[in-house]
Amino acid sequence: MKKWWRGILGACALLFSCAVRAQVQDMPGGPRVNQLNLHEGVTQIAQDVMWLHWMLLIICGVIFIGVFGVMFYSMWAHRKSRGHQASTFHEHLGVEVAWTVIPFIIVIAMALPATKTVVAMKDTSSPDLTVKVTGYQWKWGYEYLDGPAKGVKFLSTLSTPRAQIDGREPKGEFYLMETDNHLVVPVDKKVRIVLTAGDVIHSWMVPDFGVKQDAIPGFLRDTWFRAQKPGIYRGQCAELCGKDHAFMPIVVEVLPQDKYDAWVQDQQKKMAANADDPNKEWTKDELIARGEKVFAANCVACHQANGKGVPGSFPALDGDKTVLGPKDAQLETVLHGRPGTAMAAFAGQLNDVEIASVITYTRHAWSNAGKGQDPVVQPKDSVAKR
Amino acid sequence: MSSVTVDHVSPGQHGHDDHHHHAIPTGWRRWLFATNHKDIGTMYLIFAFVMLLEGGTLALLLRTELFEPGVQFFQPELFNQFTTMHGLIMIFGAIMPSFVGFANWMIPMQIGASDMAFARMNNFSFWLLPVAAIMLTSSFFVPGGATAAGWTLYAPLSAQMGPGMDLAIFAVHIMGASSIMGAINVIVTILNMRAPGMTLMKMPMFCWTWLITAFLLIAVMPVLAAAITMVLTDRHFGTGFFNAAMGGDPVLYQHVFWFFGHPEVYIMILPAFGIVSAIVPAFARKRLFGYASMVYATSAIAVLSFIVWAHHMFATGMPVTGQLYFMYATMLISIPTGVKVFNWVATMWRGSMTFETPMLFAIGFIFVFTMGGFTGLILAVAPIDIQVHDTYYVVAHFHYVLVAGSLFALFGGAYYWVPKWTGRMYNEKLGKLHFWFTMISFNVTFFPMHFLGLAGMPRRYVDYAAQFTTFHQVATIGAFWFGLSQLIFLYAIVNCYRGKGEVAAAKPWEGAEGLEWTVPSPAPFHTFETPPEVK
Repeated sequence: MKKWWRGILGACALLFSCAVRAQVQDMPGGPRVNQLNLHEGVTQIAQDVMWLHWMLLIICGVIFIGVFGVMFYSMWAHRKSRGHQASTFHEHLGVEVAWTVIPFIIVIAMALPATKTVVAMKDTSSPDLTVKVTGYQWKWGYEYLDGPAKGVKFLSTLSTPRAQIDGREPKGEFYLMETDNHLVVPVDKKVRIVLTAGDVIHSWMVPDFGVKQDAIPGFLRDTWFRAQKPGIYRGQCAELCGKDHAFMPIVVEVLPQDKYDAWVQDQQKKMAANADDPNKEWTKDELIARGEKVFAANCVACHQANGKGVPGSFPALDGDKTVLGPKDAQLETVLHGRPGTAMAAFAGQLNDVEIASVITYTRHAWSNAGKGQDPVVQPKDSVAKR
Repeated sequence: MSSVTVDHVSPGQHGHDDHHHHAIPTGWRRWLFATNHKDIGTMYLIFAFVMLLEGGTLALLLRTELFEPGVQFFQPELFNQFTTMHGLIMIFGAIMPSFVGFANWMIPMQIGASDMAFARMNNFSFWLLPVAAIMLTSSFFVPGGATAAGWTLYAPLSAQMGPGMDLAIFAVHIMGASSIMGAINVIVTILNMRAPGMTLMKMPMFCWTWLITAFLLIAVMPVLAAAITMVLTDRHFGTGFFNAAMGGDPVLYQHVFWFFGHPEVYIMILPAFGIVSAIVPAFARKRLFGYASMVYATSAIAVLSFIVWAHHMFATGMPVTGQLYFMYATMLISIPTGVKVFNWVATMWRGSMTFETPMLFAIGFIFVFTMGGFTGLILAVAPIDIQVHDTYYVVAHFHYVLVAGSLFALFGGAYYWVPKWTGRMYNEKLGKLHFWFTMISFNVTFFPMHFLGLAGMPRRYVDYAAQFTTFHQVATIGAFWFGLSQLIFLYAIVNCYRGKGEVAAAKPWEGAEGLEWTVPSPAPFHTFETPPEVK
């Protein structure tokens, strides 16, 4: 038996030394290495939550030590092996009333400060800025609804390369908690977040803000935060949303007002420059090149880079009947989704040029090689099917 | 005592061969056509343990993937199937059936009844379970694999799943039907078949907690059936209960599910309270303190369990009044639960205690379950819940109450009553080793999860930021230690069934009380054919 013990201890020691060896740094705006408690937080709410948690931890800790102090003392003192004789008492009205009433009072004392925080958390009135957040499988969409950035909208997807996840490359500093586009907000402004989802329920969580709100398809929910310190804050999706639930982080960049204004101007310029004209005729090669990018950002998670999909879960596009058939059926699928499956409706996420180019790309990629019907789909075809 | 019982008093006989009485079937017929509460109880317990091993294996696969950041062993879609099936199998396959197994074995013997009220329904409710378990397990092998929507099967994610989801729905339906039949049996047995003089307020606590649990089961299993049936019709028959585009509401599913789900939590813990309330007095050699208040506290918990469900849904965005109400109501549950813990400690106080394995598990239960109770209180506070909802903090919390709660009590109960079941004492050294390994490895596994959750590590994640690595590795090491330790239990109990070990007296525990100890060990095939007289 002793050898067994030693084996287990040895294995533990070995594994611990492996863990210590890896030099991982705290992630700014994300988790610290071996973090033990909640995030300190950069909003009043997050700090209140921290305070509430400490209060409860201390009260519970005191009760715990009290109750189990008594129990362990009794286990030591009232043992048969010490010759202790059992008493016969089995009721005591006074004691029983006391340990019902006193906890009741303690619970009320805990509930009062918590009530204040609940009310504050739910007060989304008079915001300085409103941003609509849409959860998709598996990315977030952001759209500024008012203020100087009104109309700015973009998608935000995980920017950690697949090679890091599969272990073919060393993991980066912000592994799994970095995105291509950040949500950018000004410091010290009340930002109202209005949430919905395009497919299944997601949950938008940023621990440093004390914010977690489900994004529910077909419904609007809201929450808010007022970040007190500029910086980058990171969170992740918190509601199981399918295959890549672990791979749709949230990154919020809080900027001082002047830098925020500059960012807004920059965004508006970019938007004007990038505006696609759906009436233009595109060449086949232009469409394929653009479509490859759209595919990599939106489709690859399910249908895979090789177009083979995941057998049983996500269908292959390589050699698929719809992809090689008339264009209308594929336009219908991409624009409006396939109800009852993971295939989302992309009409709200992609513009007509993107829809046309990604369809053209799938009709030419892999063994499809443009040999099906309607190999080239123009943006105006997408406009017609909307 | 009838002559039948006398036939089987002699020690050293093996379970199978000693029943030559013409009324007792032998071979496979004895088990397939079983109507005897003891045989059915045994089958329930074996089934539950097999499911525990299956669910445990899935848990170890999860922990293997989570040993290091990155995706090494299982792709996300398979990982999600494992998390989902681990939950479903442990809850519906392991914990619930094992309590029904205990109920079958012990309730008739504790109230002085000859058997359960509906013997054939008892048989049916057991044999439904293997069918459901095979259906659930085989769903791994259908196209698309098993359901990966989480054990809560939230819509609309559950609408996206393949045929594995339909198999899971049918399996849960069948297990629900089995639970309802089991519950009806328990209620009718307890209310109608108590021995003369056994008034309700003289019943052992285990019978009381099961009586209340049975009412909870009857009340909420149909609610679960409704929820998953609506998912089924949404998937296949064009309804839109949970589809906003058709006038439905995804959050409705969560309300219906948790209206089942929260009482379900108490379904899995109240019988455990009953087992602990039997063990603690036995080894403290002192009557249970505050019997009446235990009964009232159990009832209070049961009633409160119906009106707190939406504390699982604070992050869905309820109105402020809703959040406040569910927060207050949930916090109230800590009061009757506290009363129970105080009563157990008061039972031990100034007793004459010894610490055999059942007592160790009971004390371990009280100690570690209380930690889970405290994290429950912390989670009840809505602002904190919103911060840690759907993180590992919640995972830690419910494993503290479900593993250290229900499972520890089940182990304690098994060691406590196995002499009565088999006529043999378990090996005390093995029992103690099992306890200490289980206790320590449990905490090694689940305590670090509190830290992970507080730091914001979401649950049901196949991969995580490198900052979380150490605690995940500790948890994985603990999980393997915990899992392998359960083989000690298997070995110790199987030895009793194989007739190894010391021969057990009719009442092997000095301080034990109750009718079950008045019959010989092993308990004869038929007990209390003539009801005993209770003073």
